Amino acid sequence: MCGIVALFLKNQALEPELGALFEPMLVSMTTRGPDSAGFAIYGDEVAAARIKVTLRHPDARYDWKALANALRGVDAQLEWFQNAIVAVFKLSTDEEKVRAWLTSNAPDVRVLSVGRSIEILKDVGLPADISRRFGLARMQGSHIIGHTRMATESAVTLQGSHPFSTGLDLCLVHNGSLSNHNRLRALLQRQGLDFETDNDSEVAAGYLTWRLMNGDSLQKALEAALTDLDGFFTFAIGTRDGFAVLRDPIACKPAVLAETADYVAMGSEYRALVSLPGIESAKVWEPEPAQVYVWERQH
Amino acid sequence: MKTFDLSSQSVRELNQALHDQARALTEADWIVRNPGGAHSVACGLDQDLRVTIEGHCGYYCAGMNQRAHVVVNGNAGVGLAENMMSGFVRVRGDASQSAGATAHGGLLVIEGNASARCGISMKGVDIVVKGDVGHMSAFMGQAGRLVVCGDAGDALGDSLYEARLYVKGTVRSLGADCIEKAMREEHVAELRELLERAGIDADASAFRRYGSARRLYNFKVDNASAY
Repeated sequence: MCGIVALFLKNQALEPELGALFEPMLVSMTTRGPDSAGFAIYGDEVAAARIKVTLRHPDARYDWKALANALRGVDAQLEWFQNAIVAVFKLSTDEEKVRAWLTSNAPDVRVLSVGRSIEILKDVGLPADISRRFGLARMQGSHIIGHTRMATESAVTLQGSHPFSTGLDLCLVHNGSLSNHNRLRALLQRQGLDFETDNDSEVAAGYLTWRLMNGDSLQKALEAALTDLDGFFTFAIGTRDGFAVLRDPIACKPAVLAETADYVAMGSEYRALVSLPGIESAKVWEPEPAQVYVWERQH
Repeated sequence: MKTFDLSSQSVRELNQALHDQARALTEADWIVRNPGGAHSVACGLDQDLRVTIEGHCGYYCAGMNQRAHVVVNGNAGVGLAENMMSGFVRVRGDASQSAGATAHGGLLVIEGNASARCGISMKGVDIVVKGDVGHMSAFMGQAGRLVVCGDAGDALGDSLYEARLYVKGTVRSLGADCIEKAMREEHVAELRELLERAGIDADASAFRRYGSARRLYNFKVDNASAY
């Protein structure tokens, strides 16, 4: 069992309150997932030529300032800040160069997310503790996807916690279990993808990364997932402009959607949505099996 | 009339109070406010109580009900009225999957839609859904009646034993061993009575009837080589 929550703001005036609106949603799903928790928040977007990377080191006392100083060799104009045990760097370079630089200069540093808007923050522990650690309630942004994990298929580790990055500004959270992940992982490895764990959800994320890398639209990639992924899943997928929801055709993993003039929200259970303003009069419904739902803001 | 507020009191306190009242039945009418999607609201009732829940409920609402009359003015989560034995449960909104699962008796009315596996393994309950039902509804149903005023999803009545299914709209597909059967006068009559009791306005003669072809009842020795 796991919990999934997502909140997409249609009303931009609510953006300063995104974290405050979302925190009770995430914490309400503790009973579905007390092992680990995480979220991908979208906001504080950098200019088109720049990228934002969220980094994490196993040592909580890691010297991010030293890393920042060294990284100035790559980009003298870099900006950065530390949030608890992660650090966010904004750079005028591309993903490949940052990853290559990190591999040679700071191989222990893990990249949690890359994009113009996304920041993935996650850890092992109770959702309330993790929310507090990262200061979720004070965060601003346009949309956010979260996950509370009850591990059933693999170890309780940071690497096994959600959301999983699936490309620039993309992430995936999963409730369910996949039965063909070993074979699919081997196939994706032959296609050049790297995996850190034996976790099934990481394979789902890798699969989406691979489909999108090969030119699929998000809609098309998710439709293909219905054929290629065997098992149970409710997915929420974060994109730079919004989020998507997909349930497998059997649909035994729950999902509830709610929409008002101000937001679209998703939760594993209705309980996750009760703290939202105006939920009493929101349109509340259960997403259909095997149907791709996408909400994205127009530019 | 007793009012219970789940924003300040627990579900356990509510259910205990309902169970305690049931014996003496000094207080038959209850209103439950702010359910907030909580699970197991009004479970295991066994006396002639009337409970109205104002808002959306979580899993297993009105489960194992006997005799009580429960109305949800909202949606209900997974396993609504599961294993109901008798009594009446009405949901004004939608119900999530497995509504009325394994229920032995009573009447369950869903005024919105019910999702997948509505009436799974039903054992004698009557279920009336004003809207649509999702896939695998009445899966392995053994007895009782499932009435769908809207459409039914894939694999309706898969591996059905003896439950009777009435659908007014379209059926996306029938499950294994489920077939359409003739809608005779006695079926129109029992459906009319059921719709009336459910308070649902629909023309009984516009429904089609589905049931078991009874080909899966016994193991056929001819199939032994398949295993």
